[in-house]
Amino acid sequence: MFRNVVIRLQQGHRTIGFPKTEPTMPDRFRGRPVMDQSKCPVGCRDCAEACPTDAIMIDGKGLRLDLGRCLFCTDCVEACPEQAIRYTQDFRLAARQRDDLILSGESLKLAEALDKKTRRLFGRSLKLRQVSAGGCNGCEGDVNVLSTVVFDLGRFGIQVVASPRHADGLLITGPVTGNMRLAVKKAYEAVPAPKIVIAVGACAIAGGPYINHPEQHNGADSVVPVDLYIPGCPPHPLTILDGLLRLLGRLEDGRPRS
Amino acid sequence: MTLPLHNGELLDRAKIPQQNVAEFRQQVIARVREGARVAALFGLPGNGSVPVLAVLANGVSGTLELVGTEISSEYPSLTREVPQVHWFEREIAEQCGVIPQGHPWLKPLRFVKSQRPGHDAWGRTANEQPLIGVTNFYRVEGEEVHEVAVGPVHAGVIEPGHFRFQCHGEDVLHLEISLGYQHRGVERALLGGPNKRTIHYMETLAGDTTVGHATAYCQAIEALAGCKPPARAQVLRGVALELERLANHTGDLGALAGDVGYLPTQSFCGRLRGDFLNMTALVCGSRFGRGLVRPGGVGFDVDEACVGQLRERLEQTLRDVTGAANLLWDTSSVRGRFERTGALTAETTREIGLVGVAARACGLERDVRQEFPSGIYQFVQIPVSTYHTGDVFARAYVRWLEIQRSAAFVREQLNALPAGPVRAKVGPLTNNAAVVTMVEGWRGEICHAALTDGTGRFARYKVVDPSFHNWFGLALALRNQQISDFPLCNKSFNLSYCGHDL
Repeated sequence: MFRNVVIRLQQGHRTIGFPKTEPTMPDRFRGRPVMDQSKCPVGCRDCAEACPTDAIMIDGKGLRLDLGRCLFCTDCVEACPEQAIRYTQDFRLAARQRDDLILSGESLKLAEALDKKTRRLFGRSLKLRQVSAGGCNGCEGDVNVLSTVVFDLGRFGIQVVASPRHADGLLITGPVTGNMRLAVKKAYEAVPAPKIVIAVGACAIAGGPYINHPEQHNGADSVVPVDLYIPGCPPHPLTILDGLLRLLGRLEDGRPRS
Repeated sequence: MTLPLHNGELLDRAKIPQQNVAEFRQQVIARVREGARVAALFGLPGNGSVPVLAVLANGVSGTLELVGTEISSEYPSLTREVPQVHWFEREIAEQCGVIPQGHPWLKPLRFVKSQRPGHDAWGRTANEQPLIGVTNFYRVEGEEVHEVAVGPVHAGVIEPGHFRFQCHGEDVLHLEISLGYQHRGVERALLGGPNKRTIHYMETLAGDTTVGHATAYCQAIEALAGCKPPARAQVLRGVALELERLANHTGDLGALAGDVGYLPTQSFCGRLRGDFLNMTALVCGSRFGRGLVRPGGVGFDVDEACVGQLRERLEQTLRDVTGAANLLWDTSSVRGRFERTGALTAETTREIGLVGVAARACGLERDVRQEFPSGIYQFVQIPVSTYHTGDVFARAYVRWLEIQRSAAFVREQLNALPAGPVRAKVGPLTNNAAVVTMVEGWRGEICHAALTDGTGRFARYKVVDPSFHNWFGLALALRNQQISDFPLCNKSFNLSYCGHDL
């Protein structure tokens, strides 16, 4: 018992200050990408052709990047002859509408809070059932980590529960494989209304690396309505946490609501 | 006749011995009797009859062998003589529509359509979509016998799978594991590659084993293209692979503690796992090592400052993991739950072909890093960590031994990083060639086999995740255990659903 206490003291206090204090991301962390179209040589399509999931579009509307499809890999950055695309360290990426994830230039319309009525229900206590529906277990790994002492999801009143019947909504990862489609639908139906759905990761938003495979359905919104999209492959735990807090109206300009 | 080969050796496909089914069976049976294990057994689905290849691995003599045959529609199953191929034979039946006659439990593995038009092992038509989880599960009958069905959606944040327990009271008589929910068609999509998506498929075969699978793939590409990655890249791959092991083993120790209600170690290790992941992120920006391992070398180099940070963090994290792990071994209530729970004998383990931690926990010295070393492991040996009791305790304790050895390896490598470039140029792949690569991922032996066609594209790319060998081990470990010990046993194996389902 004495040893327990010694080890406990040695481990120290490990919960991060976010959202009150700004976290430090690793130097090479790939967050929100920015594009500078003025650098693009005429007719160049190198980035679009290098992108494994065709997330980059070059057409009449100029150069655009679909964050929902983006794997946050380095293929476009390496392909670009003019360094017109680069990653920033901004981990805030979540959006309410699928279209809001289509990035042109620098700005990104981050997720707005739920409407007042729903927020009154879920704002201070949100129970989520996680459904893994394909994918690689990477997103599950970084959702799980939110429950550790580092992120301590519980301090925000958010909890992952064991049954959809106990939940206020679903947190879906994976592209929804053909073999999981029915299970996702059933889990959704089992959640009592009103309910929300959160799609975490490139797979759950658009199919991820498996986009357009006949074995899957290109994401959660092919099966159930989605209220929050959290991009990444997998999203950093802070990206997920930031998205959840925004949805619940717990953040204002990136700071906790007073 | 078989073709001997090395891990990562370029082969001419025409030289792979093609034998008739009877000779093929004899070869496999004889080699397994001599102590080899079946690292891979797979078909090449096409229009005609099905070429089948076996990769036989003898860890004691350090030899790998390839042998092939061709099957038109059925053949006498090998499972009765070589039980460890039972899962492979089900896979071949499902993918290629050939029937292993006399297979004791020929059921779908992933509930997917046959990839060989007009041939289906269960006589289904091409339009018929197999229904996941609908099969003839084993049933034990009798008074007071009951069945418990769990999944695909589980209570925790984990992947989907279906488990059927046949119970008498609290005791499990039999557990049947039925998977396929994570099937996303990766092997099919790899055909005709490599292309711009291939490396991303490899990094997401099992997201927690990004470095392991990407390394196996890159070694295959490098063999096929005749490219030698620079020494610095080989060392960085080794460091990343061991960091992956450190993170996952640490996470597993925490989760095991959680499953017996021992919260201190659970909560410490939850954080410490992340600290190891963050070390990987320091190198490549991704906690899971995305973008790090690339054909020809690695995608990111490290500078002095980065190496310094890694060294510092390694020592701090290891110190805290040591404290957290030792609490487990010193707490009688933890040991009481770990010891003699979910035990497997070495004999069973050998017979059903387990790999990785599960095999080493029964005293089997199975470790690719030692048996079939490639890359940096050809020059630096990591001793194989084993324990003899085969139970949850052994699987936990082997992880702890490996944490110490991996940390020592990372420390040593960071102190002596060779200078030079980190990436070599990769040319086109050799036509009509074959290569087998093996990597000891944190779960165990990862085996990739690539065959190219006349234009240097993949005619077949077979992935064997260690979980493919080990799921049946979990089923057997549960026999005569209390059903309430399932989460603990499950976590002690911690197998991949997506790596299995592909």
